[in-house]
Order: sequence, then C-alpha cells, then structure tokens
Amino acid sequence: MSQTNDAFTKAVPVEGDSAVSVRNVSKNYGPVEALKNLSLEFPRGQLTSLLGPSGCGKTTLLKIIAGLLEPTSGEIEIDGKIITSPGPDRAFVFQDFALLPWASVIRNVAFGLELRGVAKSEREAIAEKYIKNVGLSGFEKAYPHELSGGMRQRVGLARALSVDAQVLLLDEPFSAVDEQNRRKFQEDMLELVRQENKTFIFVTHSIEEAVYVSDQIAILLPRPSRVSEIIRPQSFRGTGIENIRRSPEYLDIVDEIWASLRNYVE
Amino acid sequence: MTVYGYRLPGMSSLLLWALLWEIVGRTGWTFFIPPLSDVFITLFDVIGTPAFLKAMYETAYAFFAGVFFAVIIGIPVGILIGKSRLLDELILPWVNIFLSAPLTALVPVLMVLFGFGMKSIIITTTLFAIWIIILNSRAGVKQINRSLVDMARSFGASPVDAFFKIYFWAALPEILGGVRIGVVRAVKGVIIGQLLISIVGFGALFELYSNNFMMEHFWAVLIVLFAVAFTMSEFLAYLERRVSYYAASR
Repeated sequence: MSQTNDAFTKAVPVEGDSAVSVRNVSKNYGPVEALKNLSLEFPRGQLTSLLGPSGCGKTTLLKIIAGLLEPTSGEIEIDGKIITSPGPDRAFVFQDFALLPWASVIRNVAFGLELRGVAKSEREAIAEKYIKNVGLSGFEKAYPHELSGGMRQRVGLARALSVDAQVLLLDEPFSAVDEQNRRKFQEDMLELVRQENKTFIFVTHSIEEAVYVSDQIAILLPRPSRVSEIIRPQSFRGTGIENIRRSPEYLDIVDEIWASLRNYVE
Repeated sequence: MTVYGYRLPGMSSLLLWALLWEIVGRTGWTFFIPPLSDVFITLFDVIGTPAFLKAMYETAYAFFAGVFFAVIIGIPVGILIGKSRLLDELILPWVNIFLSAPLTALVPVLMVLFGFGMKSIIITTTLFAIWIIILNSRAGVKQINRSLVDMARSFGASPVDAFFKIYFWAALPEILGGVRIGVVRAVKGVIIGQLLISIVGFGALFELYSNNFMMEHFWAVLIVLFAVAFTMSEFLAYLERRVSYYAASR
C-alpha cells in the first residue's frame, strides 16, 4: 500500500495543500467498469470542475466523494481522514434541486441543520442569513412549486452553505436552469468561491461553464473513466467577471478542451 | 353540467333518481321499494331512538377501532416494504392475495380464533381495510425521487429521520388515497362482521328490519350508512387534494 502511495505522489506532483484526495478509486457495476484506478487532488479553497462527455463517470465520482456510493476499491481522504460515508464536512447540491416539496423555503434551507439537531430558532436564524446571501429574501415562506428553477437551485445552494461544510459538491447544479439564470449563477459562483473559504467540486458537461468558474479543470474520458488532463487557467482569474469571456486564454482553453472531447461525442 | 345555460351543482342527478324512486314506490309495484318520502319520515323517527343510537355506537366503535389498526399497521408496513427489497419479496404476495381474496369467507375462521365478540368484528374491519393501505403506501414510497433520499443521507439523516421526514411525507398523497379506499372497504367489513359474527350494531338492525319486511326502516338505516361513508370518503379526498400540489413535483 505504501508503495502505491509513493508511486502516486511521484506521478502527480501536488502543489500546495489539498482538501480532498481521490486515490486509485475504481467503481464497477457488475461487469461494467465505471471508474478505473482514478486519482485526483482537489486544492483547498479552490473550485475544481469535473468535465467530460456523458457516461464518463463524473457524477459517480462525485457521489463516491459524497459517501453516497461506495468505491469498489481505492480511497477518499478529506483533511487527512479516510471517509466511507456522508459526513458534516461535505454538502451536496443536486442537479434536480432535491427540495422537500411540502416544506417552505426556510425549512428547506434549514433542513441540513434540522437533521443535525440544531434548535429551531438557531437554525432558522442561520437559514435566514443564507437565504439573504443567495438573494431570496422575502421568499422564506414560499413553497418550492411557487419558485422558478433558478430560484429553487438557490434554495439548494443556501441549504448546502448553511451547514458550513468545508467541501461543497455540486452535481451539474445549473443544467436544469435557464440560460440567463445560469450566467448569473456562474458569476455568483466566482464571488462565492472568493468569499467562502471552501473547496468546491463542480460537475458539469458545459466546457464554457467549466472554464469560466474553475481554478482547476479535470478532463475525464470514458470507458473506463480516467483523468486525461488537468488544466489550470492562469491569467484571467483576477481580471474581473466581465473580462473572462474575452480573454484569449479563456478562448484557447475552451478550444483545446473541445478538440480533445469531440471524438467522444456520439 | 349545464342545462339551458344554468350550471347544475354536483350530483344533481341524484334528484332525478330520487324522483324515480318516489314514483316507483307510489305505484306499489313491490314491497321492497317503499316511497322515498316514507323512508325519510321513518329515518327521522328512527334516528333518535335508543336502539338506533346503540347500534350507531357499536358500529362506530368497531369501525373506528378497525380503521385505526389498519392505518397504524398498514402505513408503516407499506413504507417498509417499499423501502426494502427483501421485505417486499416476503410480504407483497400475501398483500396481493388478501387484497383480492373473498375476505367474507375468512370470517368464520376469525370467529373460531377470536370468539364471537367485538374483537372479531374489529379484526374483520381491519382485514378489509389494511391491504389497500399497505399497497398504496408502498406505491407512494416506490415513486420517491431518488435524489431526495440521497439528499437526506448526504445531510446525515438517521433511518428514523428519513422515515418520518422524507418517506412518510413523500408518500402522503398515495397514503391518503389508500386510506380513503380502505375506509370505504372498512364500512363493508364492519357490517359483514356484525352480520356474520354477532348480531349487533347496524348489522343487527339490517337483520331485524329485513326479516320483518320493514323496508322503510331498512332503507333509512342504509341511507344513514351511505351518507356517513360518503362524507368520510369525501373528507379524505379533500385532504388528498390538499397535498396534491406537491404530488407532481416530488
């Protein structure tokens, strides 16, 4: 085991401190290999995207990190501890929002805290704060079916933020949201990563979205799933949100990723 | 429905049938159908009598006890077999058998096991109501959105939390539908129990009136029973509509 670890550290040099380490993870569904011997580091306080064609196992990997799926082999380390189940160090944002349709916005946002046994007044005060943060003030008493898709995902985001987990796992969070809301979300996302000192792991199938929001992009290729490339955009991060999409580096990276993914699109 | 531009209230067709009944009754065609007006006059005569109130009490007691056990046992069992593949394999065939079995045939066996008293009547009522409640609760759990379950797990829900905060509420529209049908079946169960096991309650009244050809009385009690069952069923349907706003978006 120590030998594999040594070999691994030599193979992928890690700069700085990583909050989440995925080591030699494989996942089989019967005879199907969804993930094969996959290793990846997620730097602390940064946003890492998992990007790849459909069927490349990116959501599977995210659910293994969340502790919702068990890997067939390999391990996940978070802050130096091997994890095997969901824990308070991680919070999940779901593609289809996963809100309780019978509960108001404030109860939905406070639901993570409710499950942890936080007293009602305390958890509602915290929820109130994050509802305001995501721009939903005034909708505390509304029910999910009264909100638009974009607003529902803001509720999902506020719920994940309110449990104050170190690692935020987002599973294609904006794919069920309309284009204009998605752009707003992407801008808010950058602000969120800057403000909150949290590690974000972000699954997406949109190349532009990944390049726009990420500090690090891991390209996953399918059958069996593996990390083919890790890209770290350098120049446009500090230039302000309105300049990102005009940066030559942004455009180059988008083209480069498309060049390597186009063969995998049916 | 509208007639000549006037909107008729729900179930106005009942008036037409009531009229037909009255006419057939007036012709004296058969002793079995007395005029409806006579039935209602008898109804108001009978309704305050000690015999009627006692029958009402006995029937209501057996009915509510039977429904209570059907709900208290049926909903958790339905949710559990909806969640667990193993329990489902073990229990579901029995649920389906009992749901479609002629339960009336089982009543004599219940009498042997539990005697001729109230206990057997309550068990009969429960047996009539419980299967559809189990089946519907199971169906409600089966269609739960997978990500709601994942969500609860990822935020650290214990199995008990998941049961009471996710599964129960997510399955509630189907559960209420099951309880509504179960209640209607329980009405059948309680009357059959009272007729077959021991002649008490409304069952005894039916027996008494029909044996003595007191058809006005017979129909009067039947109408009371129908009205009560219908009201309860409509009340549950109303509750069902109250939660239907989220049935589509689970």
